[in-house]
Amino acid sequence: MNTIADAIAVKPANLTADHLAQDQSTATTLGEITSANPRMICRDVNVWYDDKHAIKNVSLDIGQNEVIAMIGPSGCGKSTFLRCLNRMNDTIPAAKVRGSIKLDGQEIQDRSIDVVPLRARVGMVFQKPNPFPKSIYENIAYGPRIHGLTNNREELDELVETSLKRAGLWKEVKDRLDAPGTSLSGGQQQRLCIARTISVSPEVILMDEPCSALDPIATAIIEELIDELRQQYTIAIVTHSMQQAARVSQRTAYFHLGDLVEVGTTDDIFNQPQHKLTEDYITGRFG
Amino acid sequence: MSPSLLLLIILAAMALAYHLGRKRAIGVAGGVAQINRLHSLPAYYGYYAALWVGLPALLLLLFWVGLQEHILTALTIAELPPEMTAQLSEGQLSLLTSDIRNLATGNITAREISPEVQAAAAHYQRLSGLASVSLWSLTGALALAGMAWAWQHTTISFRARNRVESILMIVLILFSSIAILTTLGIVLSVLFESIRFFQKVPWTEFLFGTKWSPQIALRAEQVGASGAFGAIPLFTGTLLISFIAMLLAVPVGLLSAIYLAEYAPRKVRAWAKPVLEILAGIPTVVYGFFAALTVAPFMRGLGESVGLDIASESALAAGLVMGIMIIPFVSSLSEDVINAVPQSLRDGSYALGATQSETIRRVIFPAALPGIVGGVLLAVSRAIGETMIVVMAAGLAANLTANPFESVTTVTVQIVTLLTGDQEFDSAKTLAAFALGLTLFVVTLILNVIALHIVRKYREQYE
Ligand SMILES: Nc1ncnc2c1ncn2[C@@H]1O[C@H](COP(=O)(O)OP(=O)(O)OP(=O)(O)O)[C@@H](O)[C@H]1O
Ligand SMILES: [Mg+2]
Repeated sequence: MNTIADAIAVKPANLTADHLAQDQSTATTLGEITSANPRMICRDVNVWYDDKHAIKNVSLDIGQNEVIAMIGPSGCGKSTFLRCLNRMNDTIPAAKVRGSIKLDGQEIQDRSIDVVPLRARVGMVFQKPNPFPKSIYENIAYGPRIHGLTNNREELDELVETSLKRAGLWKEVKDRLDAPGTSLSGGQQQRLCIARTISVSPEVILMDEPCSALDPIATAIIEELIDELRQQYTIAIVTHSMQQAARVSQRTAYFHLGDLVEVGTTDDIFNQPQHKLTEDYITGRFG
Repeated sequence: MSPSLLLLIILAAMALAYHLGRKRAIGVAGGVAQINRLHSLPAYYGYYAALWVGLPALLLLLFWVGLQEHILTALTIAELPPEMTAQLSEGQLSLLTSDIRNLATGNITAREISPEVQAAAAHYQRLSGLASVSLWSLTGALALAGMAWAWQHTTISFRARNRVESILMIVLILFSSIAILTTLGIVLSVLFESIRFFQKVPWTEFLFGTKWSPQIALRAEQVGASGAFGAIPLFTGTLLISFIAMLLAVPVGLLSAIYLAEYAPRKVRAWAKPVLEILAGIPTVVYGFFAALTVAPFMRGLGESVGLDIASESALAAGLVMGIMIIPFVSSLSEDVINAVPQSLRDGSYALGATQSETIRRVIFPAALPGIVGGVLLAVSRAIGETMIVVMAAGLAANLTANPFESVTTVTVQIVTLLTGDQEFDSAKTLAAFALGLTLFVVTLILNVIALHIVRKYREQYE
């Protein structure tokens, strides 16, 4: 399905008139889509769910040590785009992804690439906390175990501890590592999932509205964490909160109905948006 | 003037009452434009009237149809000359009454008819005519009274909607209590018959005895007059066959469920599921002769060719076929449970770079395990209670053995053989069937309760 030939082809063969009509409406993205030091390079990415064209010709770079925020109205395709970056859309039978997505110069849409190590390199934190119905310890140890990252129990214990510490959860759970992960509060679960993701040391972390269900204190903890993680990782974060985007990101991308309307430094997007839609969205939220 | 005609008329009257009640409500409100002055929508006043017209009349009809014949017969017999009925036995009396009834309804009777019987028949006929007239007039009166009641109660502030709701609730309670009472009745009757059995045979012998041979002497002086009622060989036989069945059904059912739920493309699932459901729809009697006529001889032949002695009614054959019967049961229950594991858990595992089989083994299967165990327990209780296959394919000899190549018998098979043919109703042999039935009931009940408990507990985990 996702061969290089397909990736190079601008449009799939079975385009309907409807698809063409939607394609013509696609505006070119305003602002600077490239990045000085890119980790991931996406070009002309299109996604269909059956006949629904959910992402239209999106081109975007994601740079090293940068946090890029993706904003836009509900249903505009932010999650869909994020899921392209570690091929999570493979798990949705109806989804069809076309275009070129490169990680460190390597095409990840290529059929010959193994998605399992790819996903270990590009980790993901989901919008809704999804801890496994296992103990807190086992939740963190899961990834390192399947990838054989540690050689013995002591190393694993240490990895679990450092992961939990970096996610800011260690103090709260260090005395009950055997308690089920599902017994934690929503905010703790979200941090558990973040700890689980960083336990396999991914190079890129995708976060889909990680704070949508959190109180301001937990949100602040996670934002601090994102800031700290940035020193080492590349982070793409979807958020509905303008303030959060402004606080944690260096670049911001605004999506609208499947189009990437505008992208630029966070300062520029919030202070002098070039596109009317971006301005409306931002001022609407702030006003 | 049959009761079914009356039933139709009552239903028609209910329809009419609905319309009248509705009209009346609209009238009370002062026209269609003002129906929002009413507490409830006009239709509810209609339902209220219909229920009041129909329900009492229907209840009366039900009781009348149930009791009419008894009462009429008793009245007719009482009218017969006393010297005629005095020295009749119960059987003769019932013959006589059936003669009278036959005569009255114009059927041909088997015996010669005496003038007294003739007269009684005429009397019976008169009485039933009278009964019919009174039934019609009584139901009519009840229906009219119901209509009048509803008519009177149709006022602006009358809470017809709430009333209809509570009447409906009462009707529903009535019906569900029928279901519950029947179950209770069956359980109690099995219990009482079992108690009678345990008065003849001590329960310790029944539960712990190892010899089962329920033959009772026909004549008192016959040798070997007392049967042996040790049910252990039946229990072990049942367990052996169920065990073989589960040995086949659990792995096959579970693995096919995993394939269907996790791996199968949509197209394969679309035809594979119905095929499995067909397997579940085959009547067990078909499995039974499949086991007896195909599998058992095949096993025997197979055994001969490798030098094993396999009985022609081996536990193995019955167990394997029973296992095939249970496969769809296990697989559809497990598939439901696996599908109930949220997609977000799979996503979480894939996003960490786990493969599909790692995800299934380490996340989905542990999460689904309690539900799968519950499903397997339900399947076990089906296997234990299954009758037709073992009647046809398992033996009758109560061997105490764990060898699947030998013939064993099961609790259900013995219940069937104890009760087929002419039996004395209160012999220990017949009553033993009730004791076996009670044991079966208790065991499957316990299994089901445990299974449902496990399944429910597991369901709560994600909600
Ligand atoms: N699995 C799916 N099957 C079919 N259509 C889908 C699926 N997932 C998303 N879509 C559609 O694709 C479009 C983009 O969805 P997406 O989830 O990416 O939006 P989003 O920007 O993340 O929205 P939100 O802010 O509400 O999370 C929506 O119109 C949605 O209806
Ligand atoms: Mg989303």
